[in-house]
Amino acid sequence: AGREEAAAMLSLDFLDDVRRMNKRQLYYQVLNFGMIVSSALMIWKGLMVVTGSESPIVVVLSGSMEPAFHRGDLLFLTNRIEDPIRVGEIVVFRIEGREIPIVHRVLKIHEKQNGDIKFLTKGDNNAVDDRGLYKRGQHWLEKKDVVGRARGFVPYIGIVTILMNDYPKFKYAVLFLLGLFVLVHRE
Amino acid sequence: FRKNVEDFTGPRERSDLGFVTFDITADILNGKNARLFKYNMVFFLTLIHLQSIFDWNVKQLFLYLSAEYSTKNNALNQVVLWDKIMLRGDNPRLSLKDMKSKYFFFDDGNGLKGNRNITLTLSWNVVPNAGILPLVTGSGHVSVPFPDTYETTKSY
Repeated sequence: AGREEAAAMLSLDFLDDVRRMNKRQLYYQVLNFGMIVSSALMIWKGLMVVTGSESPIVVVLSGSMEPAFHRGDLLFLTNRIEDPIRVGEIVVFRIEGREIPIVHRVLKIHEKQNGDIKFLTKGDNNAVDDRGLYKRGQHWLEKKDVVGRARGFVPYIGIVTILMNDYPKFKYAVLFLLGLFVLVHRE
Repeated sequence: FRKNVEDFTGPRERSDLGFVTFDITADILNGKNARLFKYNMVFFLTLIHLQSIFDWNVKQLFLYLSAEYSTKNNALNQVVLWDKIMLRGDNPRLSLKDMKSKYFFFDDGNGLKGNRNITLTLSWNVVPNAGILPLVTGSGHVSVPFPDTYETTKSY
C-alpha cells in the first residue's frame, strides 16, 4: 500500500504543479512561449537580411564534398550581390524543380560585361562535374540558382536535423519535450 | 605547350579547347606568398616565407590552378585546370612535373584562339576544423599566350 501511494504521489506532484498555476500564470507562460518563438524567427530573418541568403545556415546532406565536409556538418552562407561568384568558391545551389540544396565547388565561370554569369560546379569527392545533375538541357547554373556561398562551418552539429528528418518520431519527441519544458518551467 | 583544337563535344556549339601542360613546384607554407614563374615554357611556383599554414585548426587545403582570361563573348572567364586536396600532415612541398590539366579547358565560344593573355594562378581554400573558409590566391601569376591557329593533328 505504501508503494502505491508513493507512485501515486509522484505522478500527482507533476499534475499539481500544473493545476497550481492559475489562469494568469498559464497565459503568461503561453505568452512567454510565443515570445521565444517570435525572437527565434526574428533572429532567423535578421540573419537572412545580413547575409543576403534565403537560407543562411544549411546542413550538408551528402558526402560529395569529403574530406572537407561530411554529412551533418553545418555551413554558414552569405549571398551578397557585392561578392561576385568566382572559381574555387563553395556554393549551395538548387536545381530548378528540386527542393534539396546541393553543396559543391565552382569549377568554371563565364561572366559578361553586365554581370550576367553562368557557371559550372563539381563536388570535390565526385569524379565528374555536375552537368549530369542539372535539369535536362541545362548546361550552366546562374545567380538565381544560388542559395549562398559557404563562408564558415562547424562539423557534426547538423546531425540533429538529419536525424529529425529521417526519424519523424524523433522530431515529434523533441518538439513535444521542448514545448512541455517551456510551458511548465516557472520563471 | 599550348594548342587550340576546334570542334569538340561541348554544349552543342563548337567551342575552343585549350591544352596546357605545366610543372608545379610549390611550398605551401605561408598563405599569401606563392610566386609563379615562367621559365622556358615551364611554369613553377615557389614560396618565400616559411611560416606554416597548417596550424591546429587547418584540416586541409583545397588547391586549384585556374586560368583567367577575357574574350569577345565574355568579359571574365575562369576555368579550373587542376586541383588537389592537401591534408594536414601531407608534405607541404609540391613538386609536380609535366602535369596535364585535369579538366577540359573549354571556352564558351572561340575566345582562346589568338588570345595572348591567359593568366594562370594557384589558389587554395583553407578548410578549418571549424570556422571561416577563406580563399587565398598566391600572389604570382603567369601569362599563357595561345597561338593564332588551330592545331590540325589530333595528337592529344
